[in-house]
Amino acid sequence: METIFALCTAPGKAGVAVVRVSGPLAWDACIKLCGPVPEPRKLSLRVIRDHRGKPLDEALVVCFEQEKSFTGENICEFQLHGSTAVVAAVLFELGNCTGLKIAEAGEFTRQALENGRLDLAQVEGLADLIEAETEVQRQQAQRVLAGSIGQLAKTWRVDLIKAAALLEATIDFVDEDVPVDVVPEVVTLVQKTLTALKSEVAGVTIAERLREGFEVAIVGPPNVGKSTLLNALAGRDAAITSEYAGTTRDVVEVRMDIDGLPVVIIDTAGIRDTSEPIEQIGISRAKQRASLADMRIFLGADAKNLGIEKRKGDLSIKPKADFANLYHDAVSGLTGLGVERLVARVAAELKERYSAVGCLSRDRHKLAGQLGIQHLSVVLELVSTDEFGPDIAAEEIRSAIIALQRLVGSIDVEDVLDDIFSSFCIGK
Amino acid sequence: MKHCDVIVVGGGHAGCDAAHAAARMGARTALITLSASSIGVMSCNPAIGGLGKGHLVREIDALDGLMGRVADKAGIQFRLLNRRKGPAVQGPRAQADRKIYQREMAAELNTAENLQIIEAEVADLIMQGTVVSGVVLSDGSEVNAAAVIITTGTFLRGRIHIGDVSQDGGRIGEPPSIKLSKRFEALDLPLGRLKTGTPPRLDGRTIDWSGLTMQPGDDNPVMFSFLSKAASARQVSCGITHTNEQTHEIIEQNLSRSAMYGGLIEGIGPRYCPSIEDKIVRFKDKLSHQVFLEPEGLDDHTIYPNGISTSLPVTVQQAYVNSIVGLTRAKIIQPGYAIEYDYIDPRALDISLSVRDISGLYLAGQINGTTGYEEAAAQGLVAGINAVRFARDQDPTVFSRTESYIGVMIDDLTCRGVTEPYRMFTSRAEFRLSLRADNADQRLTEKGIELGCVSELRKTVFNNKMERLSAARGVLQGKTFTPKQVSEVGVEMNQDGARRSAFQLLSFPNVSFKDIVDLDEAFMPIDAECRDQLERDALYANYVERQKRDAAVLKRDELLILPDEFDFVGIQGLSNELQSKLSQNRPSNIAQAAKIDGMTPAGLMLLLAKLRQAQRLRKV
Repeated sequence: METIFALCTAPGKAGVAVVRVSGPLAWDACIKLCGPVPEPRKLSLRVIRDHRGKPLDEALVVCFEQEKSFTGENICEFQLHGSTAVVAAVLFELGNCTGLKIAEAGEFTRQALENGRLDLAQVEGLADLIEAETEVQRQQAQRVLAGSIGQLAKTWRVDLIKAAALLEATIDFVDEDVPVDVVPEVVTLVQKTLTALKSEVAGVTIAERLREGFEVAIVGPPNVGKSTLLNALAGRDAAITSEYAGTTRDVVEVRMDIDGLPVVIIDTAGIRDTSEPIEQIGISRAKQRASLADMRIFLGADAKNLGIEKRKGDLSIKPKADFANLYHDAVSGLTGLGVERLVARVAAELKERYSAVGCLSRDRHKLAGQLGIQHLSVVLELVSTDEFGPDIAAEEIRSAIIALQRLVGSIDVEDVLDDIFSSFCIGK
Repeated sequence: MKHCDVIVVGGGHAGCDAAHAAARMGARTALITLSASSIGVMSCNPAIGGLGKGHLVREIDALDGLMGRVADKAGIQFRLLNRRKGPAVQGPRAQADRKIYQREMAAELNTAENLQIIEAEVADLIMQGTVVSGVVLSDGSEVNAAAVIITTGTFLRGRIHIGDVSQDGGRIGEPPSIKLSKRFEALDLPLGRLKTGTPPRLDGRTIDWSGLTMQPGDDNPVMFSFLSKAASARQVSCGITHTNEQTHEIIEQNLSRSAMYGGLIEGIGPRYCPSIEDKIVRFKDKLSHQVFLEPEGLDDHTIYPNGISTSLPVTVQQAYVNSIVGLTRAKIIQPGYAIEYDYIDPRALDISLSVRDISGLYLAGQINGTTGYEEAAAQGLVAGINAVRFARDQDPTVFSRTESYIGVMIDDLTCRGVTEPYRMFTSRAEFRLSLRADNADQRLTEKGIELGCVSELRKTVFNNKMERLSAARGVLQGKTFTPKQVSEVGVEMNQDGARRSAFQLLSFPNVSFKDIVDLDEAFMPIDAECRDQLERDALYANYVERQKRDAAVLKRDELLILPDEFDFVGIQGLSNELQSKLSQNRPSNIAQAAKIDGMTPAGLMLLLAKLRQAQRLRKV
């Protein structure tokens, strides 16, 4: 049985995040990260450290012996502070432990099943859940396929098949009329994929915002009802409102669920010329946050008057619909007029963006991408040496393809042979 | 013999190794063939081995099968393909003298204990319900057995085409087996249609060899068998010539007269062995194709022109042959032809090569949609072993993808089926760096000993080699050296201060065994065979380690066997589409199920769950 690990709670900010390690090496991982294994099934407060001994977090650690664990394997669970940075650091540390690998979807359950820890009814219950998840994944995959990055993944796929086929042709069809020196073409193909992969991996951080929530900033001049609108959206008094202009000095955030999408609404200080130093700070923060946000709602003033760039998808809304009477695109936090319509418009815009999610959006995509980069880099190194062995280079490409299967789809030996037979006249 | 344990029908490459394996295991075996004189005949090109195929021959030999040692005796030109590339992708190959091959193969079978050769036509199977218990011969007599292995190649609705002339036949000059075909039709097994072709055979005395490039064999021939030391037949060279624009013009003008392009043939041919018509149509911009002129034997003038198989009419064959340099006056001894035949979708077999729905019936060789002598012999061996185990009421033995090319082939066939005649390539083996021709004995002979299909002689040789090897490996692993020490004997080494064992040092491409001996005299006594083997092992050590982990995962899933009675229909949570795909493909284990198109991890879990439940029920 392998030792696997994963974040078990929902990703994103939370009070607590649980990382589970399960398998024969789970307790070794515990020792590596936080010292001796605590008494099984008793919580223990520990400092989690990285391999250099630097503290990463203070966490509750609980270990289960295999006889008493969910998976039927030794388990160690770290109840970390629910910070994405902490979780990422701990996952990174675990990923560096030899013998540990990140769990595939459903793999803990698989362990449990294989060890007879779950019965059929339980598995069916779980399977329903998992099935639901894969259905979403399937939709997601199709969306990705239709999009531009899906296109990119297709070209990676084609290029990797081609590179593998070139190497395999020189190996399996040595007596045939196949090109002898395939190295330059292999290098071009691999280099191209490698470059694209590197930029995609770098882009994962951006894609992660999707899971952590879209930021929508309400901006406008003072006293147009921004905070009132925020409160109306939140359904509670999250921000202080008053008739005095400049009441909101700092940035106020409210997390909410709009049509199933995680959204963070940001209320900002009203923007005007002022000499008051504290208000000035608030205004500069408002501008900064507004321009970093994914979307802006301009309330009662045009973007150019506020000194904030209006980008595609941003909304301009007339304020205080209760006084100005029902404009088509007006809203009032006070009476609730137009709020529903505003929410719908925000949801529509964000859903549109959600549909354009990239290939690499999750930690395990990122790990896959990094692994692919690693193998492809070795290929480039190998082919540049005098002792170039196509057998080993082909093995590295194969490993890269396996690592990237989640992104490019599975590539079968038949795909490689297809390419060989269509490119070269085989059959001496 | 009217009663035996195992009957093998057919004396081709599958039949020979099937019958001999069964006999080696001590089973009373009958090999029934239409004509004893055609045992071990090479109906296509006179060569054994190659890439992937050479691996198979080594594996057959590691299990004490016949093909390797017979080919060594018949070999008249040995070449180790990919000699300059890594050992994992090197494949032994030999041109074989047809007559010697047939003679030596017949000698092996004639002298085998427990094996009787019956010259007869098998007309029918004896069946009780879905259980096979023997065969009926055309004279009406019966031979009973617990298991029957059918290795009849292309006999099912075999049809030969030469241009617009076609006739029924399994091989040129031999009638197809009509009666047995009828029985097979009645069994209602899923059939497909394939085709393959051969080139015209030429009279070597009419070839002008003077202007042709000659390709000699290797200076130090590499044998197939772990027991063979050197070639015994005289060694010869092959010639190489090329087609030219005139050749292509003749063929293009007559395309419509080709059986294949004239629409007479419906079967699918192999892409890796296209006819010359195919080559010219599909690769129009290629103005020349190479042709290997392979001698069929030492005292035989027949030349096999490898690369120009065809189904054009004889006159056109003569014309295009004579347009080729060196062949301008060449006479055709036997025209090239295409053969179409039915094969049984190998997905109807389980991984022991037994027909799923019929008890005691095994199929091996070309009948399963494969091509090539080596693929056939390897299947014969597997079927032979499993037929004996079946006769003895033992569980079938499984060849895993993780341990052999044989396993790769059996898994590919029974799990994916075939779309063209299946041929082995090294690229089919995902654990290629571990599954090498050089270590076939280390991978399989132990298994063969356990199965009881390995002779005492081989066992002794093998155990002796393993002892020497493991002692030598121990010595290499036991001594460690600093980079400074290594540099002192003149080997460039990264001065990182890490001590490395002699074995680890060998994994560096710039370190040879000679350097190791310079480091420490203790390595001097290690013999040449062990040195070579350890060098090859060390070269891939890191990759083999990595592959071992992947292999363990695959093996775990391979061991989760989905029994024949496992019902994929009605599994809650599994989509209807997947249920029907699974029912159709009938994966033998979870690893095969995982490869089914559209299979999800969640779906696999449901299968696992059902499997566990079934196992628990059985225990109760």
